[in-house]
Amino acid sequence: MFYLDDIGRYFLMLKGVFSRMTKGSVIRNLIFKEIDDLIIGSLGITVFLAFFIGAVVAIQTALNLTSPLIPKKIIAFASRQSVILEFAPTFISVIMAGKVGSFITSSIGTMRVTEQIDALEVMGINSLNYLVFPKIIAMLTYPFVIAIAMFTGVFGAYIAGVYGGFVSSTDFLTGLREEFIPYHLVYSFMKTFLFAFLLATIPSFHGYYMKGGALEVGKASTSAFVWTTVVIIISNYVLTQLLLS
Amino acid sequence: MIEVTDLHKGFNGEEILKGITTTFDRGKTNLIIGTSGSGKTVFLKCLLGLFTPEKGTICYDGATYSELNEQQQRDLREQMGMVFQGSALFDSMTVEENVMFPLMMFTKQKREEMLERVHEVLDRVNLENAEKKLPSEISGGMQKRVAIARAIVTRPKYLFCDEPNSGLDPRTAIVIDNLIKEITEENDITTVINTHDMNSVMEIGEKIVFLKNGYLEWEGDKSQIFKTDNTAVTEFVYSSNLFKKVRDAQLKGL
Repeated sequence: MFYLDDIGRYFLMLKGVFSRMTKGSVIRNLIFKEIDDLIIGSLGITVFLAFFIGAVVAIQTALNLTSPLIPKKIIAFASRQSVILEFAPTFISVIMAGKVGSFITSSIGTMRVTEQIDALEVMGINSLNYLVFPKIIAMLTYPFVIAIAMFTGVFGAYIAGVYGGFVSSTDFLTGLREEFIPYHLVYSFMKTFLFAFLLATIPSFHGYYMKGGALEVGKASTSAFVWTTVVIIISNYVLTQLLLS
Repeated sequence: MIEVTDLHKGFNGEEILKGITTTFDRGKTNLIIGTSGSGKTVFLKCLLGLFTPEKGTICYDGATYSELNEQQQRDLREQMGMVFQGSALFDSMTVEENVMFPLMMFTKQKREEMLERVHEVLDRVNLENAEKKLPSEISGGMQKRVAIARAIVTRPKYLFCDEPNSGLDPRTAIVIDNLIKEITEENDITTVINTHDMNSVMEIGEKIVFLKNGYLEWEGDKSQIFKTDNTAVTEFVYSSNLFKKVRDAQLKGL
């Protein structure tokens, strides 16, 4: 019952987010600020993680190819598929649930604790729209981060595979282009859009409805990370089943 | 003028406000006092429209809040200014941006016009050189003055203050009290202050409403509060050591 209550409140929150819009000029500035905080601020860690994930996938694939009958170009093929289909959209999103999610929860939660949200409401401003809507719009640029993660992941695989002596550069580039299905990119970006929405809204929900003081802000951030990750993983399963099977 | 009639409000089956009826006059500083847990904050949040009462009405210059439609309620809220206990300034904005915020949201003024008004109110609260500072870079007293400036920048008809003196030293507290009183008189607004500071009561209490356990126990002005024979009020007033010592000294003829 407790979870059903929360799920109901989450959807009511979404209704509130898309009603009574804040003045355009104000919301535009907020969107740019959120893009800077949530997207630009995440590029560094994303590039770092994706590069090493790609590299490790290439090494693991290479070390497990014991049969001489399997061509080495499979290393590039496996790395590409792993990075594009799962590691870039899903794994990076789980990391972002920790980085972006806890930032959103703690910033909104602190505003709740220090009565800043009450101040907005007293002024007659729809605080849900003012606080959450710019985050949702900013997160629409999240696929851009994932596209960079895909590229960096494949690049990491190339560096580890070629310079680690597991595969030649020619074989790697051949494998990289082999049996490429463009729909896999569509599937991957469709997932990314959903994850972006979840990354913006679930932490906002935990921050907006938290009660208490500084300790509770910390607890809400942890809770937001856990629930965002759980929902991302479940929706990843459902979307994969729907879109690929 | 704000007229409150038979106001009831509760949470989770527990009644916090139990039928409060009173009026807050225009151009006066009206104080809500009482011990912790007496329902002061809930009462103030009902006046602000943040809580919906279960029973009773609140009329703002003849307009009953519960009878207004959503747009009319929002329009009414735009005529309210609020000074929160912890100031509630937006951390990411400078002092200037905090004060300009209500103007940006509700007016179509040009930026130059808004800045002119912002500097006018910052001058009024004696904060001329803090425009570009963040709330974290200024003192508690200055934060309160910024909060007052933000509350009055749109020229509201109603000003609400939740314990504006909390966390301030006595001298700064008096400055803030007098500032609120002067602004109330200058702009002829209805000001309601929630406090349990007896210094404020003595300094600016033109009308005092005393709450106890959710009931309106007593109301009057600062000249009457020391003469009342209501034991709940006298207990509250003389719980302050300073006032107790003054009374004892008077009784001894010192």
